[in-house]
Formats: sequence, C-alpha cells, structure tokens
Amino acid sequence: MTATTHRNYRNALHPLHAVLLAGTIPLFLGALLSDYAYSSTYNIQWTLFASWLIAGGLVFAGLALLCAIIGLFRADRRRGRYLAYFVLLLVAWGAGFFNALVHARDAWGSMPTGLILSIVVTVLACAATWIGFSLRAGGKA
Amino acid sequence: MKISNTFLVTAISAVLSAYGNGAAANEHQYGPDPELPEPHRGLLPDMTVPEPAEWGEQQPTVPDGYTITAIATDLKIPRQTLVLPNGDILVAEGSGGNAPLAKPKDVIAGYMKSKGSTSVKSGDRLTLLRDADEDGNYEEQTVFAKNLNAPYGLALIDNNLYVANQDSLVRFDYEEGQTQASGPPEEVTKLPSRINHHWTKAMTAGPDGRFLYVGIGSNSNITERGMEAEVNRAEIWQIDAQTGAHKPYATGLRNPTDLAFQPGTDQLWTVVNERDELGPHLVPDYLTTVQEGGFYGWPYSYWGEHVDPRVRPQKPEKVKSAIVPDYSLGSHVAPLGLDFSIPEMGDEFAEGVFIGEHGSWNRANPVGYKVVFIPFSDGRPSGDPVDFVTGFLSGDDKTRGRPVGVTVDPSGALIVADDVSHVVWRVAPKENQ
Repeated sequence: MTATTHRNYRNALHPLHAVLLAGTIPLFLGALLSDYAYSSTYNIQWTLFASWLIAGGLVFAGLALLCAIIGLFRADRRRGRYLAYFVLLLVAWGAGFFNALVHARDAWGSMPTGLILSIVVTVLACAATWIGFSLRAGGKA
Repeated sequence: MKISNTFLVTAISAVLSAYGNGAAANEHQYGPDPELPEPHRGLLPDMTVPEPAEWGEQQPTVPDGYTITAIATDLKIPRQTLVLPNGDILVAEGSGGNAPLAKPKDVIAGYMKSKGSTSVKSGDRLTLLRDADEDGNYEEQTVFAKNLNAPYGLALIDNNLYVANQDSLVRFDYEEGQTQASGPPEEVTKLPSRINHHWTKAMTAGPDGRFLYVGIGSNSNITERGMEAEVNRAEIWQIDAQTGAHKPYATGLRNPTDLAFQPGTDQLWTVVNERDELGPHLVPDYLTTVQEGGFYGWPYSYWGEHVDPRVRPQKPEKVKSAIVPDYSLGSHVAPLGLDFSIPEMGDEFAEGVFIGEHGSWNRANPVGYKVVFIPFSDGRPSGDPVDFVTGFLSGDDKTRGRPVGVTVDPSGALIVADDVSHVVWRVAPKENQ
C-alpha cells in the first residue's frame, strides 16, 4: 500500500512545464489586482502594469501550452484529465490574448471589459493549474 | 462586454483591407457642422500606413495653370519653412520626441507607424534656400544653423529670428542677406519637453511684434500616459519675445501643429490634430480661430461637448465650457501646415488658407496626403476644401511624400515641405514662374 501511494503522488508534469504553468497565476492575478486598482483610483500606472503582466502571463501560459502539446503525443495522455487540462489552458491563453487586445485601448477605454476579462482569465489559469498539478504520472488519473 | 468573434474578424479584416471598404458613403465631414457618428473602436484599431516610394519621373499634381518644382532635395526631414523679407527660404529640419514605451502596444504600433515615415536621421538644422536671379530655381543652398534640437516653428520679428526647438525657444540675430547664422542662438525660454509625445512646437509672431505664439501638443493620444504628463500640454502659449515671459493663451487643443494670424487682423488661427481610436470618422481635425482664454475640449470632450469616455476622472464643468471649433477638415487627415493666401496666388485661390495634410494612419482607407485650400469670404471659411497639391498617395498602398508646412511666398507661390521625399516644393501660377 505504501509503495502505491508513493507512486500516485508523482506528478505527470516535467518540472519546467510545472514552473511555467505555476507562473501564470501570479501574473494574471497581478493583472487583475492592477485592473482593480486602476478602476478604483484612475491612476494610469496600474493599467500599464496590468498590460505588461498580461503579456508576461501570455508568455508563461504559451510556453506551458507548448509543453502540454508535446505531452499530448504521449499515447496515455490523449484522454481524460490531461485533455481537460490542455483545453482549459488553451482557453485561458485565448481569453488572455483577447484581454491583451482590450488592454491596448487607451486609458479608460479598456474598462470595464478589461477588468471582467482579467477575472475570467485568472479563474481559468487557476483551474488549469489545479488540474495540471493533480495529474498523476502513468496515466492513472 | 463586447466580446464576439465577429467583432474580432471585423476588426482584423478592416486592418487587412487597405482600400475601398465602402466607407466612402460617410466621407463628407467638412465645414462648421460635421456629421459625428458614435465612437467605435474594435479589438484592433484600424491601421493603414502607406509605405514610402520614390517619385521617379513623376511629380505631385497641381491645378491647371500652376507649376510645381522641387526647389530643394535630399534634406534631412524638412518640416516648416519661413520666407524671409529678401525672398530667401529657411527650412527647419528634424525629428523629435522621446516618449518611452509605456505598454506592449507601443512596441507594435510604433513599428507599424515607423513604416510610413522616413529612415533619415533628424537634421536638427536650418537650411537656407536662395534664388538670386528670381527665376524660380533656388540655386543656392546653405546650412544656416545646426546643432538645434528638432526645430519646427520659425518666426522673424525685425532682426530677430526665433526658432522653436522641441525643448526651447531660441533667438538668432538676423540681418537681411545672411546665409549663415553669425553665432549660436540665445535661449528665450524653455518649452515643455518631458516625454514630448507630440513634440512639434509650432510658432507664429503676433502682428504687433511683441508676442510669439507657440503650440504645445498633448503628451498622449487621450491621457494614456496619465494626467500628470499633461501639465502645460495641449495649449497655445503667448510668449513675450523680449523677456520669455509666457502664459497659456488657449487650452484644450490636443495638438496645434501650425499657427497663423489672419492678415490685417489680430485674429490667431490654428490647425489641430484631434484624438485617434474612436473610429474612421472621429474625431475631426480642425481649423479654428483661437479665442484668448478659450478651452477647446481636450481631453474631456471633442467638437464642443461630445464627452470622450476614455478619460477618467471626467470633468463635466470643463466640458460645458468647451468651444466648438470653426471648421472640420475631416477625421485623421493630420493637418500640419497652415498659411493664409494672397491675391498673387491666382483668382481661384486668392482668399483662403492653404493646409498641408500629412495623412492618416488610423483608418482603413487613407485620407489626407495632400495640400488643400479652404476658400474664405468676408474673412470666414466659405466652402469645402479644394485640392491644391495631390498625387502623393499612389494606388498601390504607397506614398511618395507627406506634406507638412505650407508657406505663402509674397511673390505668389506656395512653399510645401515634404518630410518623406525630403523635398521642398514650390507651387506657383504659371505667370509667376
């Protein structure tokens, strides 16, 4: 029994993949908090922060997505939770890209759409990370 | 939330289809009462930046009975010109601005806009052109002054030549016939130069010779660099030429790129480049009289009291005081040159103003890229713009030039600076040639 438990807790993600995936949360969450700060203070610096944080989140999420695509080629991962993880991350990246374009509008032009999208993207990134880190090696998930 | 796929597809296709997307139906936007549609901005702003091309054997098109000549070539970004009392022409050459990249967007937009402008390095100098035998051919070309800082506005009061650099107003001693400045200039006053998103410092001298008027553009499209960056911006300053003492003469003018006094009056006029990214038919660039102490809307509102939703906090009391400009030139045409005509320009163009239109980037099918004439009667604009110099834009998404400053030469010619082909053009009725 002990041996089985030990094997179940081995994570399916390569450490690099895991670091990239985990990085999406602070970046997208940072963007969300910055958007909130802008909407409550009108201080332009916050929306500039949000723009760069979203760009950073897209880089991390994009690279994690690349790792996930490579993972798809392993036969045991083409179904179940791995596929769900992949789709969630893809949707998070897509919504994040959309959000980046909205944030490219000048000043308050990005609001309130930008704030709402930042919430959506952060939730999606959290969900993708949660599922990604719950995947078990060996396709037993 | 405006998130739908059709929206994205529309925005992208608008960017990709450069010409003829049916927008022509709503192009009539001239005069005192332009049609103003609702603001609209897709996920991507419309961007069409015609790339520079060579003139080859071709020349700009001018009306029948007029000729056009390139009187100076290979300049280093000519912007504004000044005709001196002896007929010599001074050309201000250079390029300014030091705005940092504030957003990821600036990296991409900056790259795209740079494709429509020159790769020549800022001249930071004044070039003098002379036509000693008055045959319309300016055979002599000398560097009048160098090591300036993106000079733009030029004005002469008696023996004082004033040059508006992007960061300061300076004065040279000038004597008629000089082809080179006798020494370095003396600073009259500093001009606002932090960031310098809109760096051009347009200038004209008042009719009494006591004051200079300098246009100082905003530090952003629409406050996206924060309100602190806009202190002393989007204003016209009145500057005492002797002491350098100055005050805001009018405010709320987003980017007043050229100024001129109506001959025989104390009335200052300006052309203003209005805000972008509200759609192809917003916001009209305009020609207007400048009322002392007047507020013209930027950033809170446009064309009088049309509130711009992108500005926070809003200021309803400022919006109520916003003056409606006199004459719409159309959205995105980018007027950079303004001068009043004289009877020597020919009957059809005797009374009115010439306007150099640098041309658009923020719409699918480009507008501007020409010099127009606005006819006046009884001292007021009295009709639609008439094309005066065209043919810069070719059918293949390219532009051979972009007009900037326009100056009426008292001998009966229009001097046009072109900052893409680096040429100064002279347009004259055939009998004045």
